[in-house]
Order: sequence, then C-alpha cells, then structure tokens
Amino acid sequence: MNRSIAKKMCLPLTMAMVAVAGTAMAAEGAAEITGAAAAYVVNNTWMLVATFLVFIMHLGFATLETGLTRAKNTVNILFKNTAIVAIGLLTYAVIGFNLMYPGDFSIPGIFGFSGFGIGVSPENMMVAGKDGVGIYTYWTDFIFQAMFAATAATIVSGAVAERVKLHSFLIFSMIYVALVYPWVGSWKWGKGWLDAMGFYDFAGSTLVHSVGGWAALAGVILLGPRLGKYVGNTIKPIMGHNMPLATIGAFLLWLGWFGFNGGSVLSADPALVSFVFVTTSLAAAAGIVGASGLSWMIQKKPDLSMALNGALAGLVGITAGADVVSVMGSVVIGLIAGGLVVASVMIFDRLKLDDPVGALSVHLVCGIWGTLAVGIFSAAHSFTTQLIGVAAYGVTCFVAAFIIFYLLKVTIGIRVDAEEEMKGLDVGEHGMEAYAGFEIKNV
Amino acid sequence: MKKIEAIIKPFKLDDLKAAMAEIGVQGMTVTEVKGFGRQKGHTEVYRGAEYVVDFIPKVKVEIVVATEMVDKVVNTIVATVKTGKIGDGKIFVLPVDSICRIRTGETDKEAI
Repeated sequence: MNRSIAKKMCLPLTMAMVAVAGTAMAAEGAAEITGAAAAYVVNNTWMLVATFLVFIMHLGFATLETGLTRAKNTVNILFKNTAIVAIGLLTYAVIGFNLMYPGDFSIPGIFGFSGFGIGVSPENMMVAGKDGVGIYTYWTDFIFQAMFAATAATIVSGAVAERVKLHSFLIFSMIYVALVYPWVGSWKWGKGWLDAMGFYDFAGSTLVHSVGGWAALAGVILLGPRLGKYVGNTIKPIMGHNMPLATIGAFLLWLGWFGFNGGSVLSADPALVSFVFVTTSLAAAAGIVGASGLSWMIQKKPDLSMALNGALAGLVGITAGADVVSVMGSVVIGLIAGGLVVASVMIFDRLKLDDPVGALSVHLVCGIWGTLAVGIFSAAHSFTTQLIGVAAYGVTCFVAAFIIFYLLKVTIGIRVDAEEEMKGLDVGEHGMEAYAGFEIKNV
Repeated sequence: MKKIEAIIKPFKLDDLKAAMAEIGVQGMTVTEVKGFGRQKGHTEVYRGAEYVVDFIPKVKVEIVVATEMVDKVVNTIVATVKTGKIGDGKIFVLPVDSICRIRTGETDKEAI
C-alpha cells in the first residue's frame, strides 16, 4: 500500500492493538491499582522532583559565589562547590544518613547511630505517613536528605572564599558534613531531644542554614580577612566580577527552594505543598524589597548584590516555618530578613569579619531569625523553645567548627600565603585560569 | 612623520573613526585604557563600603600621519569628540623616526 494510506492507518491500528492487549490483560486478572498505591507513587514522584530541585541549588551556590568574588579565584570556587557535592553525598551514604535518623538513640535524645552504609536492600522499602499511605521509598528518603546535607556544607565555601587553603577546606567539610551536621540534625529531624521539646524547624533554617552559618563564622574568624579588605579603619570593597552569574545563582537557589521547602512537606499533599510554595515565594519577594529598600536608603543607589542577598535572606527566613505561618506572616518575615541581611553585611564588615558573599548574613543571621520567627508568627510554637534550639545549635556547631578549623590551622594551616592570594587561587591551587584567553586586568 | 595619540571618551570612538575616514586617514590603533587628569574621582558604595572611582575608562587612539596632516587631524579630532564636559581627554603629538610596512617592505612616507 502506498505511504499516505499506511500513515493514516497507523494511529487507528495502534489503538486497536492496545485495546486488544488491554482486554487480554484484564482477562488475566491484572492487579487493580488502589487509591493508596497511586498516592504513594504521586508522593514519591514529587519527593524525587524535590530532590533534583534541591540538587540544582549547588549550581546556584557555585554561580552566586563566582559572581560575587574575583575572577582570579573562580576555578577554586567552582572546584570547592563541585567537591562538596561529592563529599556530601558520599559521606551521607556511609555515615550521615544513619547518624541523622538513627531510629534508636544510644544516648537518649542526643546520640544514636544505626550503622555504616545505607544498605543493599532495605527491610521496609515504603515509608508511610500518619494515615498509612506511602509517602516515599527508602531510597528517595536517603537521596532527598543527602542533597540537604551537601547544601549545609556548601554554605561555608562562600564565606571562606579567596583565601582558604583547598585541602584544609576539603578536610574540614568532610568532617563537618559527615559528623556534625547529621549528629545535631538528629536532635530535631531524627526525633531527638529538641523534637521532643517541641522545637520546630520545617525545612532547616536552623538545621541546615545556621549549621552552615556557624561553621562559616568559625572559619571567617580563624582565617582572617582578605588582604587589603580592611586598611586601618577603612573598609575597602572588593567587587564581585560577574553580576550576571551572581543573579543566575540567586535565581537557581530560589528555584531549588521550591524543592527545599516543598519537599520538606514529605508528601505531595496538595494543600500543604502549594501553601508552602506561596509562603516561600512571597518571603523571597519581600526579602528583595526589604534589602533593596534598605540598601537604597543607606547607599543612595540600589545595590544588585544586596537585592539578590535579600531574596535569599527571605528564603532562609521562611524555611523554618513555611508551613505554619500565615501568608501575611511570610511577607513580614521576608521583609525583615531583607533588612537584616543588609544591616548585618555592614555590621560584619565593621567587626572586621570578612565575608565575600554575605553567607553569614544570609544563612546565619536569617537562619536564626527564621527559627525565632516561628515562635513569633505561629501561635502553636513557643518562642522560648525556638530560642533554646537556636542556642543549642549555636553553641555546638560553632564550637565544633572552631575546634576543627583551629586544629587544621595549627597543623597544616588553613590560609594560602600572601603571594598566592595576590596572584589568585586559580593559579596557586589549581594551576589553571577560569577565563583563559581573556585578559582580566583587575587584581 | 608624526604619531598622534588621542585619549578620548569611549563612546566617541565611532564618531572619530568616521571623521578620520572623511579626511583621508586610513588607519589607526585603538587600546582600552583607564586614566584621570585634573578631574577628581567620585565616591560610590559597594555593599556598604565606600570607594573612590579615580580611574575612568577611556580609549587611546594612535594615528601616524605625514607631518603636513597633523594640524588637520588634531583639529578634526577635537571638533568630533569634544563634549565640553570634564574628562574629554588629551591629544599628544610625537615624532616618528621611521616606519616599515611589514607585508611589502615599504618604508617611511610610502608606509603611512
């Protein structure tokens, strides 16, 4: 038969074949798909989508940090961000997951470990929600949480950028993300003592952002500022070299946050997930307004990097309570976070704590704010309990990070030498340029 | 033979190029530079920290011409790029010892 007839027959023929096959299958007594089984698939699928959304935040961090630092250090920034994903995922598989969710606590509420390795075939593949409907598989649970672990580690890389020694940073990250992050995380998400107390952190303002932030603070203190940043009592700005990349980074992070917060619902519950999308985005928007407004007033002209930090500040701020605060609450939280980020960038500079990308202001300050805000904006949660949680994480994480950085400092050193810092870490640590072929004249 | 070095505002380069073509100047070399003269810098703020912008981006145009052409070229440049506002730039005229066109081996006047 000629071609056009064959084409016209193609679709009806296929449909006929499917109909026949379907009837044959039904005749064999193929299993019915129950509502619960379908819900399990939908829930798990959403969680996997959320997983790769959180994953893309690593590209967001990489580009944001690159944009806000100097070209001569770009390869180093990108390498650190690449390595951290590897370190985060692998250590979480070996230790982190079972340290964060031990099941049983050997020291009640404080420490538990259910063994090395995430196993070959889990006893219970399906993790069920309160009503017995499956919400995700064991593997989904692992990989979703693993992506979170890696993001906590990467917060430090921006704050210590442009002068930290690569191998010291990698060693620090390995220890911190393998041991400290999951251990303190077990206190709340692993059903430890803070969870029992009623402390609330929906998606990790404290458990992820401030855990990263406290470590960043320890690093910044022990490293010291970049050469030439503070001259006498003057603060010399060191400009980021690529605003487009910084902007791309901030928006990739916002995109990832749909998964970060949306996935923390731990199911595809339509009302909850969609509500969280709303509070999350409104907080980001309000953060932009708050930061832009304050920086416009103080600096006389609106600073793009502050606006971008503002979006992220709002996002970090809403992360603790995106599911429990009101729409109005999320706007106010975001607005205040935006103001806080601008003020704290300037305050840290006056304290001679050099943070090239504003990581301390976004993640530490707004992580604390977001956690406390749950106590303010949600009637069901106590401000005091939130404060106790903030303090517990603060003391533990800061001291732990300080000790690790300090030991590295007095043994192998944590900072590159002055000559390398001037030439750039790309050449010093990596022997390559980020922009080979371009002549970039600023040092 | 003279070399004319003109430091001008970058957005005036296209106008200068067109004006040179009109008076018969057939080539030039252009470099991106930064500089300042008597104009003071101004203060900007980046992430809360003040800094003084003293080096302003400029373009340096180098043209080699026969000595007879110098006045015409200089006047044309001035007429084309002058805005009357601070930072218009400067023109320097330097002597040239010799010239060689690499492809043909022509020298001096023939190489202009």
